[in-house]
Amino acid sequence: MEDISITASDQPSRLQEFRRSPIYHSFVGSKVAMVSFAVFALFVVLALLAPVIAPYDPYDLATLDIMDSEIPPAWQDGGESRFSLGTDAQGRDMWSTILYGTRISLMIGLCAVLLQAFLGIVIGLAAGYFGGAVDSLLMRIADIQLSFSTLMVAIVVLAVFQASFGAERYSELALPMLILVIGMAEWPQYARTVRAKVLAEKHKEYVDAARVMGFGPLRIMIRHILPNSLSPILVISTVQIANAIISEASLSFLGLGMPVARPSLGSLISSGFEYIFSGSWWITTIPALVLICLVLVMNLLGDWLRDVLNPKLYKG
Amino acid sequence: MIAFLIKRTVQAVIVMFFISLLSFSIQDQLGDPLREMVGQSVSEAEREALRDELGLNDPFLEQYLRFAGKALQGDLGTSYFFKEPALDVILRKLPATLELVFGATIIIMCISIPMGVYSAINPRSWISNAIMGLSIVGISIPVFLTAIFSIYLFSIELGWLPSFGRGETQHVFGSWHTGYASADGLRHLVLPCVSLASIMLPLFIRLIRSEMMEILQSEYIKFAWAKGLKRRRIWFLHALKNTMLPVITVGGVQIGTMVAYTILTETVFQWPGMGFMFLEAVNRVDTPLLVAFLIVVGAIFVVTNTLVDLLYGLVNPTVKLAGKA
Repeated sequence: MEDISITASDQPSRLQEFRRSPIYHSFVGSKVAMVSFAVFALFVVLALLAPVIAPYDPYDLATLDIMDSEIPPAWQDGGESRFSLGTDAQGRDMWSTILYGTRISLMIGLCAVLLQAFLGIVIGLAAGYFGGAVDSLLMRIADIQLSFSTLMVAIVVLAVFQASFGAERYSELALPMLILVIGMAEWPQYARTVRAKVLAEKHKEYVDAARVMGFGPLRIMIRHILPNSLSPILVISTVQIANAIISEASLSFLGLGMPVARPSLGSLISSGFEYIFSGSWWITTIPALVLICLVLVMNLLGDWLRDVLNPKLYKG
Repeated sequence: MIAFLIKRTVQAVIVMFFISLLSFSIQDQLGDPLREMVGQSVSEAEREALRDELGLNDPFLEQYLRFAGKALQGDLGTSYFFKEPALDVILRKLPATLELVFGATIIIMCISIPMGVYSAINPRSWISNAIMGLSIVGISIPVFLTAIFSIYLFSIELGWLPSFGRGETQHVFGSWHTGYASADGLRHLVLPCVSLASIMLPLFIRLIRSEMMEILQSEYIKFAWAKGLKRRRIWFLHALKNTMLPVITVGGVQIGTMVAYTILTETVFQWPGMGFMFLEAVNRVDTPLLVAFLIVVGAIFVVTNTLVDLLYGLVNPTVKLAGKA
């Protein structure tokens, strides 16, 4: 990705600057980071291009044939070359369904983390900049919110929604609900970090200078303090995306997430679970491996980023 | 200390108040108790009369106060499905869940402390690298997948361990039947406990390791080296003691999280505990049971967090129980 040719100009372009930065050097020096990033990029590309690559459309019920159900992957006895990774109990092509499932899982993960980051940054900036009563109230709320596990809150909220809407109506609303619930639950992670960073930056001279120049608090917070808090936000985000994807998968596994008709990786695993006992291992195992792989590369990237951006501690 | 205690207790009460208010409004929104009580044939006028009699037309606040008053006396309503007090149902299921959490906690403690300490003392050894590598893989595997894979391997392929239920249990007292008293019960505990532990284990190994490494850099440890103390004494007495402080806080919070993960573990292993009951209650729209579960779990969270905070204040004198604590 970084190998795009540099535009010829006298001034160092942003790309050149990036190539001189310690992040780039550490990235090139770390095999784990490069492989993880490549795998993650591959996932993103596959997810984006799912409608183009997938040989079948898993949402199109008309193409399904019940006679095609539970066909093992092509390399096993009884496999067919039409279905490279086999089919699930409804006769859906696993490869296509996994592509679409990855797309949904990634989308929920990314959107939920965007929501978390937005809420957390706004609240953290406000708490850190204004201080006093605003700060203690917001941080109290953050403490309390953090003391309840996200998964617990999400399970309860979604369970109540499902019970009040009915499963039918709920399945249409599942996607935005999942994003909302996972997104709302983890904002304190960001808020605390941003607040700590703001407290550290607030009394530096450049902020005083900005204030003397007559800039309002909003401008100072967003244009001056926030850019200096970006690196911890980046580290949190990678790990949070991994967590959000796991949360989504767990909720879908419990039947509180994406419906089987529009499966995410979690609901695919869930729908295959009952068939694992009868020997159809691929319906559960293949999406499970994809999920683990996706989460693992995010965690590895997050770990690496933390080491690079916070060289004080060696936390391998 | 007294002021801190009072402050924390007041906060716990406020949080419990919000949880109960929330639970009550859920009950208020979800399902019509009349529909559960009377059939279709009852006329609208009769329904209205019954509604008045049950106080369902009273203002929200009045209804809530009545609910809270009953809840304080231990009456959290009657489960639609089990036809008995919801609290009794939960208390009957609670021991199974607690035994699961207990087993998992033992596993976590016995593995994470030695591994975390070892990899902090020898950060560059290949064993430490392997531990760290495995721990990041462990974090990346959702708990239900660990459960499924372990069932597949140990129950289906190898046939060593049972894949569901609690097996033989022995009566201890009240509604508490334990699986720890018999070989069969223990065999049933292994897979669920390991699965539940698997999600927390990597977190604790990493936490212990990073805390310990930080402490090994500190002045008082350097001083201890200079003083010529024995290595073991420095590591296991001086450093480990301070390492465990933040671990206690995190551990307390994670106990609450474990309750959430028991829902997943119990679902996979069909473990007859609170989490499994909760999901069944969701599917049956058994509102009183749901509400009772919320209140009980909320109470568990609030009580453990408050206790952990107090404990932390006690063991760590540097937390100057000031306003922010």
